Amino acid sequence: MTPATIVFDGVVVRYPNSDRNAVDGVSLELGGGELVVILGPSGCGKSTLLRTVNRLVNLDAGRVLLDGSDVTQLDTVQLRRGIGYVIQAIGLFGHMSVAQNIGVVPSLLGWKPAEIARRVDELLELVGLDPARYRDRRPSQLSGGEAQRIGVARAIAARPRALLMDEPFGAVDVVARTSLQRELIRIVRELTTTTLFVTHDVDEAFRLADRIVVMRSGRIEQAAPPLELFDNPATEYVRDLTHAGDDVYRRYFLHTRDQLRSSAQ
Amino acid sequence: MNYLFSHAARVAALSLEHLELVAVSLAAAAVVAIPLGLWASRQRRVAPWLLGVLGAIYTIPSLALLAVLVELFGLGFTPIFAALVVYAQFMLARNVVAGINAVDPAQVDAARGLGMSPLQVLLRVEFPQALPILIGGVRVAAIALISIATLGGYVGGVGLGVLIFNGLTLHQPQMIVAGSLAACLLAIAADASLRFVERRAAA
Repeated sequence: MTPATIVFDGVVVRYPNSDRNAVDGVSLELGGGELVVILGPSGCGKSTLLRTVNRLVNLDAGRVLLDGSDVTQLDTVQLRRGIGYVIQAIGLFGHMSVAQNIGVVPSLLGWKPAEIARRVDELLELVGLDPARYRDRRPSQLSGGEAQRIGVARAIAARPRALLMDEPFGAVDVVARTSLQRELIRIVRELTTTTLFVTHDVDEAFRLADRIVVMRSGRIEQAAPPLELFDNPATEYVRDLTHAGDDVYRRYFLHTRDQLRSSAQ
Repeated sequence: MNYLFSHAARVAALSLEHLELVAVSLAAAAVVAIPLGLWASRQRRVAPWLLGVLGAIYTIPSLALLAVLVELFGLGFTPIFAALVVYAQFMLARNVVAGINAVDPAQVDAARGLGMSPLQVLLRVEFPQALPILIGGVRVAAIALISIATLGGYVGGVGLGVLIFNGLTLHQPQMIVAGSLAACLLAIAADASLRFVERRAAA
């Protein structure tokens, strides 16, 4: 299986009763299993852009292509089942066990129960939770960090070729956050998936990204690998955001990035 | 109390009939109220209107409503059945709206985003999450209907109301007491058992 390619082509989204475009003409290509982080302040349109891929948000102009096919031409439900989706509020189903939560997409796809059970245990191992202790728990019996591990496991259960993560670690505490970031680095290395990750946290973006897309007011300011943002900021906004030119920041970002990546082996 | 013991079999039979009347009416009422409530919870502007109208109907005195229904359907099972279905709407639809609106939006977002169809989101996420509140509505409606259903003795010769109205006509207070007491016990039993189910659903 090969990772998906996602192409945004002149994407415009305007919400009803709004006097400006939430996403204002964004073009971007990603694929080949890279982890692309969209970085920007709240209200910059980054979540909206992400949600156009699985059609939770409709376009007013432009196109979104998944593996070359216009997403509006695909069956919405089938499209979504093929794309992993993780959100800040996690949204584990409260009336289901951990195992049922993780198995939800495989069961929608009609996998056999034994196959789902095997996959659930495999995923619990992958996200660092003991299957015997966790599979029968309820979401209410989990910490925030544990719950989002399950959220990630649920999103990748059916081996999606594209993964959308909307501020996934924004609501968990700092310790859990760092360990989740480490797990994510490890997981995306093992998966064959192209990942689009939204955050407002500069630190997080630098730690995780193969490429960072800085957004502001619905537009892309710059899309580049982390270090290039530092060394060649395209706009004043990017310069301020990354503290470009400040060598202390540069070393700090590089250090935390390397540390996270080496500990994720 | 004498009547209650000397005619235990009759009281039991009428209690059963009473319960059947309420159960059938509740089931029929739910068939109407669930889609109504769903519609109102999807269309935010509809909800206050719908619940306002149903609430207004709920305040019509039951004897007055029955008089109209007897005009329409004649005496018998139909007018009391219709009255109970109408009265239950407010309590059931209100709790459907409240239950669906109380579902965690993040769970609905996740369900849609992971590829559940709208029907699957409803059946696999929204209904199970709303279930305790829905059952709460059924419980409140059941208690109210058990009380209102005693009027079935007046217009249709069904249920425990038969004892109450015959007792009134024949000046037999013991019959009235027996009928009322049995209706009370039914209401208490319905409340306790549905409360139990409600708690199980919330766990």
